[in-house]
Amino acid sequence: MSEPHPQPQAKPVFTQKTRREIMRSVALGGAVVGASLFGFFPVLKKWMPRLRPPGAIDENEFLAACIKCGQCVQVCPVEAIRLGDLDEGFGVGVPYINARDQACDFSCDAVQCVLACPTEALAHDIDKKEQVRMGLARLDKPNLCLARQGKGLKGPARGRGFKGLHRIESIDRWKPVKMAKYDYDIELCDLCLRECPIDKAITLEPMSDDPSDKRRTPVVHQACTGCGMCEMICPTEPAAIVIDIRRRWGDV
Amino acid sequence: MGAIDSLKAMLGAEPRRTIGVTQDAVAIHEAKRQVKGAQRAKEIKALHSGNKSHKWRNIRWTTLIVINLLFVVSFRLDIQLVEGALTASRVVGFHFADLNSSLQVMLAYKHILINLVIGTVTVLLLWLLFGGRSFCSWTCPYHLLAELAEMLHLWLAERKLVLNYPLHRGTRTVLYVIFVLLALVSGYTVYESISPTGILSRALIYGPGLALVWVGGLLVYEVFFIRRMWCRYICPIGLTYGFVGAISPVRVQYELTNCLHEGDCRKVCLVPHVLECTKKSYAEDVKVAIGPDCTRCGACVDACPTGSLKFDIKGLNKLL
Repeated sequence: MSEPHPQPQAKPVFTQKTRREIMRSVALGGAVVGASLFGFFPVLKKWMPRLRPPGAIDENEFLAACIKCGQCVQVCPVEAIRLGDLDEGFGVGVPYINARDQACDFSCDAVQCVLACPTEALAHDIDKKEQVRMGLARLDKPNLCLARQGKGLKGPARGRGFKGLHRIESIDRWKPVKMAKYDYDIELCDLCLRECPIDKAITLEPMSDDPSDKRRTPVVHQACTGCGMCEMICPTEPAAIVIDIRRRWGDV
Repeated sequence: MGAIDSLKAMLGAEPRRTIGVTQDAVAIHEAKRQVKGAQRAKEIKALHSGNKSHKWRNIRWTTLIVINLLFVVSFRLDIQLVEGALTASRVVGFHFADLNSSLQVMLAYKHILINLVIGTVTVLLLWLLFGGRSFCSWTCPYHLLAELAEMLHLWLAERKLVLNYPLHRGTRTVLYVIFVLLALVSGYTVYESISPTGILSRALIYGPGLALVWVGGLLVYEVFFIRRMWCRYICPIGLTYGFVGAISPVRVQYELTNCLHEGDCRKVCLVPHVLECTKKSYAEDVKVAIGPDCTRCGACVDACPTGSLKFDIKGLNKLL
């Protein structure tokens, strides 16, 4: 080893060490802040519009008010609520419902998720299912609708492999059952109306003046809460009736 | 160091060496100066022959795992003991809310939410009682993973396979302010979207997701480049609880008398600047309480061969 060179000046090592530390800190701190700001893209570009649980306040406020704890997930009897992942940006850990897979059918009766929410992101002024406004149902694919073709249904609504749960009061008032295990036998499909948890949200209207015409068309009314039960139960693939997320009555 | 100086040190300032020291401390420092180097080395060797203890680490890891499992079990078995995640929960019905998460929510949402205030105050009192940053080392699931990553980092560093590139400790303070401002200005809880604490807690309870890739990336970075990067230099949760720790009675206490000033404690410490007083002739008193940034993890208590670092509860000796 060679002799160490004598230091020409007093303590330049210290300042250089600190300077390097600060440069690394700026670079890494910047990277962390940058990473956190990626969350803006999915939110602002609305990459993933999500159906929020009952009582959810305005979307931007909802993302702010939600503390991402998942207490709503824990109380839901049909396990309809899931939490957002990294690809949802600031929606990480924020609850949503995929109605086609598992809709909220209000089987808890008293909007448990709203009561569970510690931050009023699910607004506490809701205490009845009828007050909920998550969106509005819309007949998206009229040509697929079984009722409009005058067709009935035999067997489970969504096939034997479907994992969704639904409370059917004639079977068990309190415990939701697996939809795959429940067989229907109906002459004219009216599942969206039959399983709708809200009174007078959907009706089936005749399609012509001819009384022998069996065909009916589902009509959505103002009482619709947008819970998504009709979207889940709809036996066609894809669902003929869907929820327009956050649409209010009168919105275009 | 005084209370103000130790707060400054937590925010990133170089720890100050106190000028005024007590007479007792001066006497001990002087007595230690009289001991010859060879004799001192002998003392140190003799003390190191004893086996190393992991008592506090084992207690702490058990506690951390049990707390996190309580969340998981409560949901999986539906026993409603601890509902929610580390960001907010109900513990047998009582609201609990993480201080930093509530801060983010209140800044972004700009409303005073009564349940959140109740939960925040409860948690504040809880950690005030238990030591502030003890949240980090005794509860945060990321802390445990980061400790394992640190072991790997040290193992690799010993074999000269990796180097540690430390950041400036003030980084955390700057980022804290940035995340506060971001929440306030953007109206989104920006930090929550990258918080490994929240992401891990939710992944444990509700199942894994894509967000774990971010956490994994952080851990890999810590193994190969920066020892304990997130907990040391970035996490605003740590700083929030650090402020709580400043007035908490539970802390580690340093006793000058038997200390051989080898620095084993500083080698294992997450925040070595709090152990500045253990350097030779630095202690301003015979007994020194370790500062607010200390996570009360007990690694130094385990590491100290002379028993000079011990857990202590302020005021308890007077009461007994």
